[in-house]
Amino acid sequence: MGIFNSLKKGLTKTREILLTDINDLFSPERAIDDDLLEELEEILVMSDLGMDITMEIMEKISKKAKKLKTADELKSILKEELKSLFPQTTSTETETASPVPRVIMVVGVNGTGKTTTLGKLAVKLTGQGQKVLIAAADTFRAAAVEQLQIWANRAQVKMVKHREGADPAAVAFDAVEASMARGIDTLLIDTAGRLHTQKNLMEELKKIKRSVGKRLPGAPHEVLMVLDATTGQNALSQAKLFNDAVGITALALTKLDGTAKGGVVASVAKTMDVPLKYIGVGEGMEDLQDFDATLFVNALFD
Amino acid sequence: MFDNLSDKLNSAFKKLKGRGTLTEKNIEEGLKQVRMALLEADVNYRVAKKVISDIKERALGQEVMDSLTPGQQVIKIVFDEFTRMMGDSHKGLNLEGRKPAAVMLVGLQGSGKTTTAGKLGLYLRKKGKKPFLVPVDVYRPAAIDQLKKIGKQLDLPVFPSTTDMEPLAICEQAVAMGREKGYDTLILDTAGRLHVDEALMAELQGIRKGVHPSEILLVADAMTGQDAVNIAGSFDETVGLDGIVLTKMDGDARGGAALSIKAVTGKPLKFIGMGEKSTDLEPFHPERMASRILGMGDTLSFIEKAQEAVDIKGAEALEKKLRKNQFTLEDFRDQMASVKKMGSIKDLIGMLPGVNTKQLKDMNIDEREFVRIEAIINSMTPDERRNHGIIKSSRKKRIAKGSGVTVQDVNKLLKSYTQTMKMVKKFNKGGMRSLKNMLPF
Ligand SMILES: Nc1nc2c(ncn2[C@@H]2O[C@H](COP(=O)(O)OP(=O)(O)OP(=O)(O)O)[C@@H](O)[C@H]2O)c(=O)[nH]1
Ligand SMILES: [Mg+2]
Repeated sequence: MGIFNSLKKGLTKTREILLTDINDLFSPERAIDDDLLEELEEILVMSDLGMDITMEIMEKISKKAKKLKTADELKSILKEELKSLFPQTTSTETETASPVPRVIMVVGVNGTGKTTTLGKLAVKLTGQGQKVLIAAADTFRAAAVEQLQIWANRAQVKMVKHREGADPAAVAFDAVEASMARGIDTLLIDTAGRLHTQKNLMEELKKIKRSVGKRLPGAPHEVLMVLDATTGQNALSQAKLFNDAVGITALALTKLDGTAKGGVVASVAKTMDVPLKYIGVGEGMEDLQDFDATLFVNALFD
Repeated sequence: MFDNLSDKLNSAFKKLKGRGTLTEKNIEEGLKQVRMALLEADVNYRVAKKVISDIKERALGQEVMDSLTPGQQVIKIVFDEFTRMMGDSHKGLNLEGRKPAAVMLVGLQGSGKTTTAGKLGLYLRKKGKKPFLVPVDVYRPAAIDQLKKIGKQLDLPVFPSTTDMEPLAICEQAVAMGREKGYDTLILDTAGRLHVDEALMAELQGIRKGVHPSEILLVADAMTGQDAVNIAGSFDETVGLDGIVLTKMDGDARGGAALSIKAVTGKPLKFIGMGEKSTDLEPFHPERMASRILGMGDTLSFIEKAQEAVDIKGAEALEKKLRKNQFTLEDFRDQMASVKKMGSIKDLIGMLPGVNTKQLKDMNIDEREFVRIEAIINSMTPDERRNHGIIKSSRKKRIAKGSGVTVQDVNKLLKSYTQTMKMVKKFNKGGMRSLKNMLPF
């Protein structure tokens, strides 16, 4: 199932729950009036876009709406506005100048899907012929290492681990060293979930990053923050504090196979100018997709 | 977006001075601010709409009380309405019925079920129960291991599930084993699932019919956004919920999902998860949640804490001083000492409604500075303490020297004292009566 269908599968249900069908809303016959604008606002808010973006878009749309006749015409304008929220990614850039080993550190609050996303990424990269190594730097949560080991087995890659409760920075350091020695293309570092408000745990994360950089200057090359599509406006605070601590370079949005639309990621991507690279659409090995703003916005509004 | 709803409301109601009546017209702007605050706090769009119209109805025609500003009055109405909506004071768990009783935890992936299972186990044991942890998640890699490890850490028995077992079979066998071994309360930790996953939702229905849990609790993340209504609505419809546990409340999420979930299911919010430790489970308090959603700070916890630490007589004397703006540096020092007993001063001040959080940041309160501040004040003469106006540069130098700090430090203290006094004066104008129960001094 392609991204589009996976996304639509979940969204169909939402549409059933919403009183207003979006296609009805944008029917070619429908005139643009206050009711329509209010319904539009409702859709934007219910997508978790947040009040800042919603009001900004509503203002722009209301202005432009005066020149338009039908709701249908409004739809494409709305889509363009939403698309423009996502920073342009130059997708070729990563391919050409990739350092070896490329180190990706996966971070985020508890339960967003870090380990699963990392596992899927390992599967994807090995599928592309890369040599991948995984580092089990969540030494805190019960059975986190066992969980990651299962993903390593699925991707048929090796994993560096220490015992439970060990220093995660030491695990990361050893994994970088092993990557360098073994000619690894990409090293994926799993970290423990932590609330962004927990200062000591954020310090721990900084330390992991520092120790990676100590062994391999310039690493980590990617700090991937995993956000859960079910999360509301708090994602902004999460992203801000994680960025302050370790400098986020990319986002992944998980659980889009549900009915949540994850609109807050647009705010995050826009305010922090960080690209959304991956979306998670299920718990299976193949359920990781490259993000495509056009498809994402279409899935919301078609 | 809004640091503090009270500030916003007060400015929205600026025109409505002193006594007045809340009318459709003058309440409009204020309610707009309330609505924005709700949506910012992730209260569902439709729920917010309904709440606002209810509140409007309630507020119209009300006279503004003497002791309150119109803004405060509206907040009070909103606050009362929220508290009522999220209602029911904490009832705990209902474990009546057949033995062993079962508590079944359900919810989305990553919402915190397994951690909550451990916490509930500990909670029940403290209540004199004999809990039995049952891993029912045969899907997520190492989910069973996770609960087994938690059981080991807490010294709680865990049913020996394996991934090749059927979830229903696990539950039935666990009931039998529990009865045999004298465990009176099973905690069923089911796999996280999406509410739109029909096959997995049917699995939960099967378990429900098979073992008749006394309590089916939805474990939901406090950070959940607009989708909370769909999630909670679906789980309630297909499985039937008895209550809600709201997790990750130790973060900074405003937690509007609590209101949405309650509005959609009508089921009691029972517990909140306040951290990753197994002891971090607390009963749900509707008033606290209401303040949190409104961004008003935790007024009630504040009052509770303040009451613990302050003796009533001293408080009354101080209140008098405050009212007459006679709060001296000496009082400042004494108060700091008693506030210190209550915990972080910034947290405490932040809990006060009407305190602008931005201002608070500027005040730069550092706990370690307490010692220094005390030393500075101790180096002053009684006259200086009672009348800070006389502290000019030569006196500052002497005080700095006496307390081993720089003149800048003395200036900083005087500045933060005058700022506090300004705040107090503002409160005095705003109506001391409404505040007298909230100030720690
Ligand atoms: N439906 C769905 N579930 C997902 C997706 N991504 C992750 N999950 C599930 O979400 C739950 C949590 O995922 P994990 O990968 O363990 O999350 P984590 O961030 O590593 O969690 P901690 O390490 O405990 O903080 C698991 O049950 C995953 O199977 C997704 O895209 N869709
Ligand atoms: Mg993990």
